[in-house]
Amino acid sequence: MQDTGSRVQESDAGVQGMQETVNKNPESRIPNPESRILLHTTAEDHHIARMAAVALGLTLLEGAIPSPLPGVKPGLANIVTLIVLARYGWRTAAWVSLLRVFAGSLLFGNFLTPGFFLGLSGALLSLLVLALAQHLPTRWFGPVSHSVYAAFAHIAGQMAVVYLWLIPHAGIAYLIPIFATAALVFGTVNGLIAARFMDNANNGICSRGGAEKIK
Amino acid sequence: MNCPEIKVVEVLRHIKSGDWLTLVSGSICVVLVTLTLWSGELADKAVIRSGGKVYREVSLGRDQKIDVPGPLGVSVIAIENRRARIASDPSPRQYCVRQGWLQQAGEIALCLPNQVSVELVGSHKRYDSLNY
Repeated sequence: MQDTGSRVQESDAGVQGMQETVNKNPESRIPNPESRILLHTTAEDHHIARMAAVALGLTLLEGAIPSPLPGVKPGLANIVTLIVLARYGWRTAAWVSLLRVFAGSLLFGNFLTPGFFLGLSGALLSLLVLALAQHLPTRWFGPVSHSVYAAFAHIAGQMAVVYLWLIPHAGIAYLIPIFATAALVFGTVNGLIAARFMDNANNGICSRGGAEKIK
Repeated sequence: MNCPEIKVVEVLRHIKSGDWLTLVSGSICVVLVTLTLWSGELADKAVIRSGGKVYREVSLGRDQKIDVPGPLGVSVIAIENRRARIASDPSPRQYCVRQGWLQQAGEIALCLPNQVSVELVGSHKRYDSLNY
């Protein structure tokens, strides 16, 4: 977790650094140049930050969709995680996913609230399962499988936190079928969107703007 | 852009054979979980009897301890986390206490020497060889 925190700073500093290269004379803005902290960031850091920003945008979009039950959400941001996993590997996907959770909670003002820990536990367990699922033979298993497994892991992580910490009562078992059904449906849909998007981006038929945005 | 129309067949092409396996087994798991958790198998209330008569019927929703008097003394029935058990009983062999937690509808713990019993019932009573 502390690692991720430092990465958040790093990417913020990266954005700052980029702005300063645009600015011809940075000293004019900063009174004491020695006091500023500039972290050297790589192109990969910027890339991760950009992907996390796309994921954040999807989270924001999702917040506008009314939900019949609190906690049943499509998890659109996971589409980004799936695409990053397929293209750049698990490490990058983990950065993007966790950055999204931390930066998103800061953005929406629920950092360190129960909702934040629910999202974090879900994301961590999803990433754990994705680490295993990515080794499935790609000939037979695609993003749809990854997405469904990650969605199930997500609700499992959330239910574990709910049961162990928030509502230690067996009654929440009644909600598991609803969450499991939602995970199956939304997991499939997200996986299909991710698969279709990657297909389009590879063929270059359409959604060229989207492909540029993701690259 | 000249995006082609999204066709169902086109979309389904992205599901590989292993993905179908995942989806089918996932659906079976969801159905099984739903049947297990929503079938009314989980008990709703506990019927406590003493000396053959119904002493009290209590909901399992609230955690509590109930003292039930019998010929030998007081049996204590504990309700906790949608489960029920006989926490203590003056019977010599302590069979009903050692039976532990009851969770499913239809489960019953009997303390014969003290003539106390606790039975879990669900939303609908199922038939068995005793109750037909």
